[in-house]
Amino acid sequence: MTSILSRRSLLKAGAAGLAASALPLGLARAQTPIVLGAVYVGPRDDFGWNQAHAVAMDILKQVPGVTVIEEEKVPETDAVAQSMESMINLDGANLVLATSFGYYNPFVVETAKKYPNVEFRHAAPLWNEATDPKNAGSYFCYLNQAHYVNGVAAGLSTTSNKIGFVAAKPIPSVLSNINSVLLGAKSVNPEATVQVIFTGEWSMPVREAEAANALIDAGCDVITCHVDGPKVVIETAETRGVKSCGHNASQAPLAPKGFITGAEYKWETIYKIYADALAAGQPLPNFIAGGYHNDMLRNSDFGAGASPEGVKAAEAAIEGLKAGKPIYVGPLKDNAGNVVIESSMDNYAPVLDGMNYLLEGVQGSIT
Amino acid sequence: MTAVVSPPAMRSFSLGPKSARVVEALVIPIGALVASALLFSVFLIALGKSPATFFSLIWTGGFGSSFSIQNTLQRSAPLILTGLAFAIPARIGLTLIGAEGALVLGGFTAAAVAIPLVTGGIAPFLTLPIMALSAMLVGATWIGFAGWLRHYRGVNETISSLLLSYIAVAIMNFFVEGLLRDPASANKPSTMPIGDAYRVGSMPGTSVHWGLAAGLLLAVVLWILMTRTTFGFAARMTGGNVRAAKAQGLPVGFLVVACCAIAGACAGLAGFYEVAAVHGQANASLVAGYGFTGILVAFLARQNPLSVVPVAIMFGALAASGGLIQRRMGMPDATVLVLQGIIFVVLLVSETFYGRIPFLQAKTTGDRT
Repeated sequence: MTSILSRRSLLKAGAAGLAASALPLGLARAQTPIVLGAVYVGPRDDFGWNQAHAVAMDILKQVPGVTVIEEEKVPETDAVAQSMESMINLDGANLVLATSFGYYNPFVVETAKKYPNVEFRHAAPLWNEATDPKNAGSYFCYLNQAHYVNGVAAGLSTTSNKIGFVAAKPIPSVLSNINSVLLGAKSVNPEATVQVIFTGEWSMPVREAEAANALIDAGCDVITCHVDGPKVVIETAETRGVKSCGHNASQAPLAPKGFITGAEYKWETIYKIYADALAAGQPLPNFIAGGYHNDMLRNSDFGAGASPEGVKAAEAAIEGLKAGKPIYVGPLKDNAGNVVIESSMDNYAPVLDGMNYLLEGVQGSIT
Repeated sequence: MTAVVSPPAMRSFSLGPKSARVVEALVIPIGALVASALLFSVFLIALGKSPATFFSLIWTGGFGSSFSIQNTLQRSAPLILTGLAFAIPARIGLTLIGAEGALVLGGFTAAAVAIPLVTGGIAPFLTLPIMALSAMLVGATWIGFAGWLRHYRGVNETISSLLLSYIAVAIMNFFVEGLLRDPASANKPSTMPIGDAYRVGSMPGTSVHWGLAAGLLLAVVLWILMTRTTFGFAARMTGGNVRAAKAQGLPVGFLVVACCAIAGACAGLAGFYEVAAVHGQANASLVAGYGFTGILVAFLARQNPLSVVPVAIMFGALAASGGLIQRRMGMPDATVLVLQGIIFVVLLVSETFYGRIPFLQAKTTGDRT
């Protein structure tokens, strides 16, 4: 893994050629000072979604000419509009990064209309070219690719062939991660199955712990999750002596014995593209989406829970994803027996964004 | 209640009973705020941060510019309404903490009744009042039910209203994630957006929505109701002594349910503005904790509907400057919560000073009840 990471950092940040001029830390001093306002929905040290963004901001803070101002625990209400306006009016922010899903509509859209000279970018694929302001935009990474890698590593690190998945809500992005773990595991271990429990909430630590315990009691010996803060799930797995795969940020420190790897965003690739464009006085791209092929994801460094074969297969899977190898290889059935994917899908096929099924091999129900 | 008429002042220094009470009601809370600020300064110094910077940032973020003032007012709008929702039942002796549920359910109802009206092309000037009224009606029923349980079934209203809040949120989630979900809201389940034409706009010349005006109006109306009408007198008398009120033949059950219904209507109206002025649809964002902050607001305002307004504005200012403090001082979000907590505790302690500070007392035997 380390070798891949260093090789990748040698490649510089390269997102579909947009960042051809990006030099990670040696960025030329900005012409106009960039004041980047970042808004987070939770604490910056949540071992999850917010931490993933905050870590990327820390990298940007070292870029000359860029000032990063941050506000955490801003709810998805009018409060976020007020916070963004406050950053603009009182701190002179000229780029606002709104990092939580529910910030976009109406808050980012309306604030962008109100401040046409400030750029707004939001971390979910919601920007609509036809209806939304031109100074707004979206950025997003298809984390399911990294969950696929989790699945590959887990598939060769499990002995019971049962992987447990603690999921928040049965919405497309979560379902895609669950299905990708299954497909990753099955690609190396045809016996592997995934058992899922939905908690119904993005952050409900008590229920997450209960779900993790229930999955372990049911015989799962690898636990992974898609909830806002994976801390409780990973810690529960470690305490119970089973292995775990992470989500959003690195939870490796929480599970020194059982951690296999984790699906992580690499937001700094995108943030550098923004900082570079601003520094050069160029327009910011309105829509950036990516995955492994354009260096927007990574898997956490392998932990003690990963078997040597698992590490090898996962590294190969990463190379495959970079080359565009499809995850959804048809025909695939859902777990009720209906064919849901006829033929192989590109990893960025728009139809996958509307996923509303669990594949055959996943035990669980979305209703 | 009626004050004993004071004899002609023998010394120019003595306070009349009425003015003494007003002075006391001002001096004690302000003293408590100053004491809280001092205590919090100690906390800041212990963290190596400058209290002067902190309080000047509160001023900048809360009131320092026209933007800041609007930011503060925008944030205080729902707090006035939820503050009233706690204050009114408190006057009749009830501790109702369920405004959150009434707000959520009211907002959800407003969004739900809007769906057929908006699709049917009914004009906004008809649709919006229908939305507001149904939000208030549902809120009133919800909290009114807690009052009914209290009076007729002897169920503790604090517990029942809190539990009803959870049920309210669950009901909204059930419909928003199921029957009434807008198919376009794939990853954040929401009801159908009501559309820009049906949104409640801002008050002229500001970016503050009309919920603020509604809050101010209701605060005045409810103050008059509670202090200048027989209903209010009867309610306060019930709050003072239920058995005495019953012995007097007051309709205690009606008063309890009515006060709760008024409270629920206030919270429901706050929910309506959240939907019609802020979100444009109902979703999990309605569960923002305004109902619970309203409890603090009402406590600080000592359950006086008029005082709810400045206290809500103070909380709005704290919230508005909280972000600035995070950004400029690098302090965590919880900093402002620590200040709020200190204020709350000091204010509770300060309650014990009423009637005990000699120079604030009238020289007559005017009693305070």
